[in-house]
Amino acid sequence: MASDNTPYDKLIFEKSRQGRRAFAQAPADLADVDIPAALARNDVPALPEASELQVVRHFTRLSQKNFSIDTHFYPLGSCTMKYNPRACNSLALLPGFTGRHPYAPVEHGQGYMTSMFELQEMLKAVTGMCGVSLTPMAGAQGELAGVAMIRAYHDARGDTERREIIVPDAAHGTNPATANMCGCVVREIPTGPEGDVDIDALKAALGPKTAGIMLTNPSTLGVFERRIKEVAELVHDAGGLLYYDGANLNAILGKVRPGDMDFDVIHMNLHKTFSTPHGGGGPGSGAVGVGERLLPFLPVPVVKAVDTEDGVLYDWADETDYPQSIGRLSGFMGNAGVNLRAYIYMRMVGREGMRRIGEYATLNANYLQVRLREAGFELAFPTRRASHEFIVTLKSEARQFELTAMDIAKALLDYNYHAPTTYFPLLVPECLLIEPTETESKETLDGFVDAMIRIVNDARQGGARFKEAPTSLPVRRLDDHKAARQLDLRFEPDSGEAEEASAA
Amino acid sequence: MSELPGDLEYTDEHEWLRREDDGSVTVGITDHAQAALGDLVYVELPEQGQELEVGGEMAVVESVKAASDVYSPVAGSVLEVNEALGDDPEKINADPYGDGWIVKIRPEDIEAASLMSPDDYQALLDNLDD
Repeated sequence: MASDNTPYDKLIFEKSRQGRRAFAQAPADLADVDIPAALARNDVPALPEASELQVVRHFTRLSQKNFSIDTHFYPLGSCTMKYNPRACNSLALLPGFTGRHPYAPVEHGQGYMTSMFELQEMLKAVTGMCGVSLTPMAGAQGELAGVAMIRAYHDARGDTERREIIVPDAAHGTNPATANMCGCVVREIPTGPEGDVDIDALKAALGPKTAGIMLTNPSTLGVFERRIKEVAELVHDAGGLLYYDGANLNAILGKVRPGDMDFDVIHMNLHKTFSTPHGGGGPGSGAVGVGERLLPFLPVPVVKAVDTEDGVLYDWADETDYPQSIGRLSGFMGNAGVNLRAYIYMRMVGREGMRRIGEYATLNANYLQVRLREAGFELAFPTRRASHEFIVTLKSEARQFELTAMDIAKALLDYNYHAPTTYFPLLVPECLLIEPTETESKETLDGFVDAMIRIVNDARQGGARFKEAPTSLPVRRLDDHKAARQLDLRFEPDSGEAEEASAA
Repeated sequence: MSELPGDLEYTDEHEWLRREDDGSVTVGITDHAQAALGDLVYVELPEQGQELEVGGEMAVVESVKAASDVYSPVAGSVLEVNEALGDDPEKINADPYGDGWIVKIRPEDIEAASLMSPDDYQALLDNLDD
């Protein structure tokens, strides 16, 4: 890998030198633009003063230090770091899309409106739901919308005592947080030894206060909830609704639909399953899908097709069409560029491709799981077939050689692999949650297994290199404790002048 | 694995409890619990005088890996909290049975609590390790 592993560089601010102005091409009198005095600022902004080429080199080097899906295998469990096809990006950047103003008349943006209508329709088809709204800006907002709709549904029926949301202990932390934000009380239920929901505990938790249950299927344990039909029946019989956390939708794409499992509401992370770029905090897209019962409560706007004399017009459906809507979640309709990329991706892979995504995501995970098991790694759920991800526990390696999940994650960086998810789910000690995705080749998976084997062999033979890892990157082992207790991300210049930069 | 102090009682949620001479009890988390959590970065303590239920949430400990509830082994009211943990939650890592104590409680009915002897707790830990 051609990544730049030179030690940590100075900040661009530290490379600044007072008075330096060195543009490559700009006209010399650029700074003399006639700005009315009333609009001119009084003090000089605290911007770094560096030459154009210094800036280019600074940011190019920074980008080369990056671990990304474009440069490294990135098996970060639960995050679905699949390849983002360049074609999606190119097409989403067509001037007709980027130049569209959200306040322009809909007649002027029918290309975009058509795309969003079709995206809604495709998401309905692939999830088996009756309605879709693209307004949530990310997964967490999709969850919020989902539980808000469940609450609105009960309230609309005068069933206002239903405020309990049941959440399995394997759930993503966002699930209980969402229930809490919606003014509900969380009832946690345990997971059985093979990773399924404990049905007896579920029965005990259900009652006249049950608003609903939030489930991820396949669960965060990387296994399919086998008794989902029974769970759905029990919850519905008790008067509750079922919420599907779409974090792991990639595993079942084109094979099983949440709607067919009797879920009433789902959120989808378009930035995971439908391959829009993510990481670094977004932007994401947390589209929600609903069954018949929750249709009136969808967040607005959504795109509707209206028959006119001139043919179909794609127009906004708003509070007039959905008077019981839970409201608006974003200024217009979600992250337009992200939704577009997801649309283009879905059009490219098509119906058959959807099925292939689910199948290969699962095949890759199972291949990796079996190879690691054969190499001596302990699986958290050895009797279960993996979904699109699986869990390795390093309990015995930690006990025998003091090789912890964190150590192996850091050591993998030295082998040019992004670390899998560590210490999640919390139920499994010293765990790695590994999700290869469908876009990786067998050779890449084999290379990853080899690296895992080498790290453990090294530890077995008494090597302690793993305690120091990573040793090949610009930044060594970070002090997590200090980062949590004394986080300091603000640059403060030394009094007076910035440090002199060496000539670039 | 360090030896369990013999003068303490334990819960299956990995809290320890010591009966003090004045009838109060001191509660913390076990060495096993602190080791599983890793370096602690934050401890949320109850208010003095707060009423606790058996098995109810008493404190929250947060490490670089996870946040976890600490449950009260007994019903009663909070007599004192270990304020020193606010600045230095790592006391729990360094000395879970001593300086890392979390709460002193005036118990209502200590006999109603479900507590384990050191031997029973050791057996529970041995089982977890398998």
